[in-house]
Amino acid sequence: MLSFSSVFSDFQDLPRAGHPPAVPDVLLKASGLSFRVESRILWQGFELTLRAGERLGVTGPSGSGKTLLLRTLAGLEPLQSGELVFDDRALSHWSMPAYRARVVYVPQRPAWREGTVEAALRAPFAFHARRKRGFPDGQVRELLRGTGRDETFLHQRTERLSGGEAQIVAVVRALLVAPSVLLLDEPTASLDSTTVRAIEDLIVHWVSASPDRAYIWTSHDRPQLERIADRLLTLEPAS
Amino acid sequence: MNTDYLSLSNAQLALAATLILINVGISVWLRLGLAQSLLVASARMLVQLILVGFILQSVFELKTPLPVVGIGLVMSALAGIAAVRRTGRRFVGVYRDSMITILGSAFVVTGAGVLGIVDVSPWYAPQYTIPLLGMVLGNILTGVSLALDRFMEGIARETDIIENDLALGATRWEAAHPLIRTSLRTGMIPTINAMMVMGVVSLPGMMTGQLLAGVAPADAARYQIVIMFMIAAATALGTLGVILLAFRRLFNDRHQLCAGLLHTSERGATKW
Repeated sequence: MLSFSSVFSDFQDLPRAGHPPAVPDVLLKASGLSFRVESRILWQGFELTLRAGERLGVTGPSGSGKTLLLRTLAGLEPLQSGELVFDDRALSHWSMPAYRARVVYVPQRPAWREGTVEAALRAPFAFHARRKRGFPDGQVRELLRGTGRDETFLHQRTERLSGGEAQIVAVVRALLVAPSVLLLDEPTASLDSTTVRAIEDLIVHWVSASPDRAYIWTSHDRPQLERIADRLLTLEPAS
Repeated sequence: MNTDYLSLSNAQLALAATLILINVGISVWLRLGLAQSLLVASARMLVQLILVGFILQSVFELKTPLPVVGIGLVMSALAGIAAVRRTGRRFVGVYRDSMITILGSAFVVTGAGVLGIVDVSPWYAPQYTIPLLGMVLGNILTGVSLALDRFMEGIARETDIIENDLALGATRWEAAHPLIRTSLRTGMIPTINAMMVMGVVSLPGMMTGQLLAGVAPADAARYQIVIMFMIAAATALGTLGVILLAFRRLFNDRHQLCAGLLHTSERGATKW
């Protein structure tokens, strides 16, 4: 049974069918992170270890810093203190674009430039960090099928996407760019239950398809966390 | 100095002012709400130009370069401040960035024009340098304020889009590039539009002035061409400079967007 802990953060192991391989490699490690917004301390001395194959759920009430945590891990927020290590290398030794090509953050409310869904999916393949990689046409169709969409969806304008459709495009795009770690900020918040299950299946399948992948998934939905996470981190709101 | 022109008396100025007064009357009659701004603007223009006429008279008699350069520096600094005051947002250092780029681009281009093209002697001859610098500055000011305003508005409105790109491995340059392009185009539009129709729809002010002063039309046109190239080059340089400086302030070298550094100006954009 999950419960909010009285300390500001707490890890719990969730029961899971099957076991991850014995002591897999550490992919992402945060140590001594502190974060302060004006005079409010959101967390101090924060520690987190994400191993290959791991599926970490993060929960906590609004304002507890879930989004901020993911943004910090994605390198979108300056580190106020502490250290992040990815793939045995400190974040300060990574070029940020190269790091973010492998540790990909999917925001809760994705935003798009004007254009078609296909253009939005192709955009990251024009970035220098990924230029040598071709656009995986076949995989796009396969992923769209997984979410119950056909190829006509690719021609839709991003300005006209509903909140749920936008989340689908964001998740599909994140999977296409072949990251090692996915940081998912409530990726199914605006979706109907059928599509929620489809997205969950896609991501869970993605992580289990290769031993060197992992994700962190924030959610308010307890049953969902039980389905998609094997470890749970509960963030408490700052006092 | 060429005296082959008609000098205007105070009575003639007053006659010209009646043109505005007629419009003020129409505005009051139809309750258009334009009367006050029209009167204030006319009065400001009148006072400013009469003053500048007196000041220039003494400036043109300067025989040493230092005061001329000093006046140029003051003009550039004022243009730098005015450019920022026309924008709706600010960040720490924006005034410095604006002044540095406007000063740099105006001095480089006016310097090249005065020394390399028009070949003025002595090089600081205020009759040439001050009006040329003024024209160049006026245009850079417009370009810089438009570009800067578009860039800062874009950062504020498209924060999510830009961070989406950064989160997917874009460099700060890749993520900001579409906005940088749009901002530079916005800054250059008035200059490009002006060049497009110049001589066809409108005769530029400087050329008109030279024609009224009795300069041969072909010579006046040549002067105008040189001036327009100088204006276009300086505006392009100034807008690019200010946008690059703003880019470096709002995106740090860890490829993070620091949108929190932007704040709206307390009084909003002022138009002067």
